[in-house]
Amino acid sequence: MYRFNYHKPDDMDAAQQMMADAEDGVYLSGGMTLIPTLKARLASPTDVIDLSGLALSGIELADDSLTIGALTLHSEVAAGNEISSLSNLALAIGDAQVRNRGTIGGSIANSDPGADYPAAVVALGATINTTAGAIDADDFFQGLFETALKPGAIVTSVTFPLPVRAAYEKFPNPASRYAVVGVMVAETNGGVRVGVTGAGPCAYRQRNFEQALADNFSVAALDGLEVDYAEFNSDIHASAEYRGHLVGVMARRAVAQIT
Amino acid sequence: MTSETGIGAAVKRKEDARFITGAGHYTDDINQPGQLYAVFVRSMYPRAEIRSIDVSSALAMEGVVAAYTGADLAADEIGDLPCGWMVKSKDGSDMIQPPHPPVAVSVVNYVGEPYAMVVAETLQAARDGAEAVTADFNELPVVVDLASAHGADQIHEAAPGNQCYDWELGDREATDAAFASADHVTSLDIVNNRLIPNAMEPRAAVGMYEAATGNYTLYTTSQNPHLERLILAAFVNVAAESKLRVVSPDVGGGFGSKIFVYAEETAVIWAAGKLARAIKWRADRSESFLADAHGRDHLTKAELALKADGTFVGLRVKTVANMGAYLSLFASSVPTYLYGTLLAGQYRTPAIYVEVQSVFTNTAPVDAYRGAGRPEATYVVERLVETAARELGKDPADIRRLNFIQPEDFPYETPVALTYDTGDYDASLKKAIELIGYDGFAERKASSEANGKKRGIGFSCYIEACGLAPSQVALSLGAGVGLFESAEVRVDVTGSVSVMTGCHSHGQGHETTFAQIVSDKLGIPFENVDVVHGDTGRSDYGLGTYGSRSLVVGGSAIVKATDKVIAKSRKIAAHMLESTEENVDFEEGTFSVTDSNQSITFPEVAFSAYVPGNYPLDELEPGLSEKAFYDPENFTYPAGAHICEVEVDPETGKVEIVNFVAVDDFGEIINPMIVAGQVHGGLAQGIGQALLEHAIYDESGQLVTGSYMDYTMPRADDMPNFVVDTTVTPCTHNPLGAKGCGEAGAIGSTAAVMNALTDALGVVDVPMPATPETVWRAMEGE
Amino acid sequence: MEISLTVNGTEHTTDVPDNSLLVEIIRERLNLTGTHVGCDTSQCGACTIHMDGRSVKSCTVLAGQADGADITTIEGIGTVDALHPMQEAFRENHALQCGFCTPGMIMSAIDLVENGKPLDERSVREGLEGNLCRCTGYHNIVKAVLDAQDKM
Ligand SMILES: Cc1cc2nc3c(=O)[nH]c(=O)nc-3n(C[C@H](O)[C@H](O)[C@H](O)COP(=O)(O)OP(=O)(O)OC[C@H]3O[C@@H](n4cnc5c(N)ncnc54)[C@H](O)[C@@H]3O)c2cc1C
Ligand code: FES
Ligand code: FES
Repeated sequence: MYRFNYHKPDDMDAAQQMMADAEDGVYLSGGMTLIPTLKARLASPTDVIDLSGLALSGIELADDSLTIGALTLHSEVAAGNEISSLSNLALAIGDAQVRNRGTIGGSIANSDPGADYPAAVVALGATINTTAGAIDADDFFQGLFETALKPGAIVTSVTFPLPVRAAYEKFPNPASRYAVVGVMVAETNGGVRVGVTGAGPCAYRQRNFEQALADNFSVAALDGLEVDYAEFNSDIHASAEYRGHLVGVMARRAVAQIT
Repeated sequence: MTSETGIGAAVKRKEDARFITGAGHYTDDINQPGQLYAVFVRSMYPRAEIRSIDVSSALAMEGVVAAYTGADLAADEIGDLPCGWMVKSKDGSDMIQPPHPPVAVSVVNYVGEPYAMVVAETLQAARDGAEAVTADFNELPVVVDLASAHGADQIHEAAPGNQCYDWELGDREATDAAFASADHVTSLDIVNNRLIPNAMEPRAAVGMYEAATGNYTLYTTSQNPHLERLILAAFVNVAAESKLRVVSPDVGGGFGSKIFVYAEETAVIWAAGKLARAIKWRADRSESFLADAHGRDHLTKAELALKADGTFVGLRVKTVANMGAYLSLFASSVPTYLYGTLLAGQYRTPAIYVEVQSVFTNTAPVDAYRGAGRPEATYVVERLVETAARELGKDPADIRRLNFIQPEDFPYETPVALTYDTGDYDASLKKAIELIGYDGFAERKASSEANGKKRGIGFSCYIEACGLAPSQVALSLGAGVGLFESAEVRVDVTGSVSVMTGCHSHGQGHETTFAQIVSDKLGIPFENVDVVHGDTGRSDYGLGTYGSRSLVVGGSAIVKATDKVIAKSRKIAAHMLESTEENVDFEEGTFSVTDSNQSITFPEVAFSAYVPGNYPLDELEPGLSEKAFYDPENFTYPAGAHICEVEVDPETGKVEIVNFVAVDDFGEIINPMIVAGQVHGGLAQGIGQALLEHAIYDESGQLVTGSYMDYTMPRADDMPNFVVDTTVTPCTHNPLGAKGCGEAGAIGSTAAVMNALTDALGVVDVPMPATPETVWRAMEGE
Repeated sequence: MEISLTVNGTEHTTDVPDNSLLVEIIRERLNLTGTHVGCDTSQCGACTIHMDGRSVKSCTVLAGQADGADITTIEGIGTVDALHPMQEAFRENHALQCGFCTPGMIMSAIDLVENGKPLDERSVREGLEGNLCRCTGYHNIVKAVLDAQDKM
């Protein structure tokens, strides 16, 4: 690691001020992504601003939605809540030790192409609440490690509308265990949504699957549907073509879970 | 007493107390007052000429004490890292051994090769300093692809065509004739995938120098500290052997990768002398990936000739083996004497001919990794046999039985230079077939199919040669070191015993097994026997631990030394009992006079040896401590049968091992619990090779699988519950009747998995590792 | 930067660089070398300790994040004479060979048993996903954890 200054503000304003004051600052939540990056000397921030002193943790149920604080741990979400597909997803993230430190805010802000949460954010039509306003799921993930989060803004929570039914299926990378492909299929009050992570540069909606399922919510409805994998990721573990194939398999398995 | 802790008992391990409480002492746990930290600067280029290196900015940084390049080591006449086995080509010429300076001087030949070392007061300062070293490189054409390496751009001036040697074994004419007369020929193109050993403890070194005495001490993660010392003294030129103490404290796994003498500890001990300060280095895991010796990496064309009834008549094998950029310590012997010689397998194949061409590439050096040559040989033979059975419509068990060397055939001389002493191959196969429930396979397959899964079963009947020996034969074939082992059994005044061995335990449990042998033989409590290993300052010469040799060679040396102790004790006892040696029996720790009730215990004898009041000083020296060196007369030949059953998810290509049975013949067993553990670990590595692990360099020579993010290590949920069992035919030529068990799991299992997978898919071959995508493509007919 | 933390029941206040890792404090400041470092990408789990009662990888926690925390390392769960049931089970079941992964493995296993649902073979295997062992093939580790579960 390069040298940096560590800060632990105890309120949101102080955190943002520290960020504004820093020459090259970075927020830290669970550190499960940031710390390995720092250790590999792949980043050299002057200041690391630890958000863990902010009151941003907890799961809150409203009439038709669940709001999860940005600092809520993967293990806390995995422990169970009103959206069982979301608990299942959280339980599939990394390993026990990672789940005991990693946070939903960090995961979403980071937008790793293999991260699991983004599939749920997209499929459930969540809202990402930040210090610079709320952002709709459909607008949030913009590319490889790229989001609509404003510079210096902090993700404070994520609000998930309660789905009618939803399920997540993940095909993990055999080495890293991140998602090679993860698909969440959800019947929401706003219609059927299919969120895909792992396959492309960032999470997206598989629209042709959504249409087919809207007409006929069944495994058979997905048979023979094409997945355009031209822009998909390709690495030693999975080619773009194979990822394209897996999107269909995982989606069918997710549908099977809830039909 | 002996029944609970003696030979054959599943005694709980002595060493565990410290490991489970966090009190183990690994090299990185050792700190010296005022110690410095070393960090190596490593090449980002797979091949480049070094035009210049500038360490001045590093030296100017706070906390940096020194920065050295290869030229500094060369100026001190630090020698090259040697290869310890001279292999000769078909034409009688010596193999090519290109210069291998510990720290690169004029060229770098693989990504990760060190070309400078920065030493600083703190690790942080050393890392910062290493980053400040700059160098001017002239990139050169890169040779990565093994198939085309011969004839590609020449890497080393000394090695035309990038060839290290072109070796052969067996009778070419007889083999060709056998093929000409055969009814059927099965042939396969086989890729044995490159692996990275990945012992969980990264390599490390702490070097110390005492100016007043000129003594060096090196703590390092070595499987064989005496060999390390020998090489540092005799070849690398650090200091005389007597001035150099090498200590391997607790070592966190080796699997071959810690046999070799590496650049880092060499540079660390040299620099410790230069600076007269202690220096510590520990590899980051990413350095281990780049710069530990890798394993396997063969391309093979293999053909088996058979009669119509399935009888094997000939085997022809042609292999290209990757040596990497330089010859690591035993690299040359792995694809030759540890591979070609094993191609007879468990079968009476009358004619065998093998050619091995070893080549250099711009990749990390390749050397022994658990099994070393024998897994590659087993893979060739057992994939061929299974494929031949399918092609001829024979049951895979039957075709093996038809060709097995039979118990009455031993000693059996193979066409590839080995003489197997004993074995009963069908006994292991039979037991394995029972344990897996071969009869019920068809039913299980049907039920898998009903669940939308494909199911397959695969066999592998392997043989290995362990305890590399005897010295004179190996030396005549090019080995550079002896292959014996030493032991000292030192009895204390009060009758407790210290056993010094030249072997080294880095997980094998010698402190327990060796203590079992000695306590059993001396009839003293197990708790009273301590095993000392891993310190050139405490035990006589030794060759360390590799090739499943510790029990069969080191243990036999211990038996020899213990027998000497008993012999001397008997003389003392006879004197004390006023009898004669011939009339004194020794049993369960007590000497007694035949046909009388007079007796005396072993501790009483020991006491008298050191307090020689009632003692035959005119005939015997006082004291009770005996040494022995044991040089085996032959290899040992563990063998066994592994059977694997897999289920394949046809939609994703994911393979699950649903049943795995290993039945091994390790000869006599000292501690069955430890033996089973060794098998489990080996199986995981063999299965890992089949399904998960692969060291991949891209075309430009960069290591793609440089961390656990990309290199797939077997995890708990990748592994099945194993069923392991044994059969016993005692080794005929060592005093324990033992054969060695350290590598069998890794040797036998890989072929069993791939035979099961190809059976499930109904294809001839699937490349390893059979990752989900690879299997999916195989199912798609690609 | 000054931080205070409780390690194995003893409170320590120590001045460390801002960029130090918890594992460095444990190993180098407190000389508790039972916690190991096996990788640099937060994958191997050799460094696993308990922080406020849950298993975490101490190589992936900054000193500042551990300020005020209650830390337990392998040295804090039992002694040779009074082993924790998990330590005992590891020895009884030969769940270790070289011992390098063992402290991290034991710390993970304790959390798995204490803070999770009742375990079977499959869930033990999944629960130990964050800990690599190269020696044992995991077979005996799984046995040990199931065995300890009955005794904890
Ligand atoms: C071994 C291992 C395995 C893993 N496996 C998986 C997996 O299978 N699936 C998966 O999804 N993830 C996986 N992860 C990643 C893990 O889930 C991370 O926890 C997560 O991606 C980041 O969360 P964090 O709280 O740790 O964020 P940090 O590492 O602290 O931060 C990540 C990034 O987000 C920024 N950030 C953090 N919090 C906020 C905030 N509130 N507002 C704005 N910006 C913020 C930081 O500045 C940083 O750039 C794995 C990690 C490891 C180490
Ligand atoms: S050292 Fe490997 S996970 Fe911490
Ligand atoms: S016991 Fe050696 S790594 Fe697990």
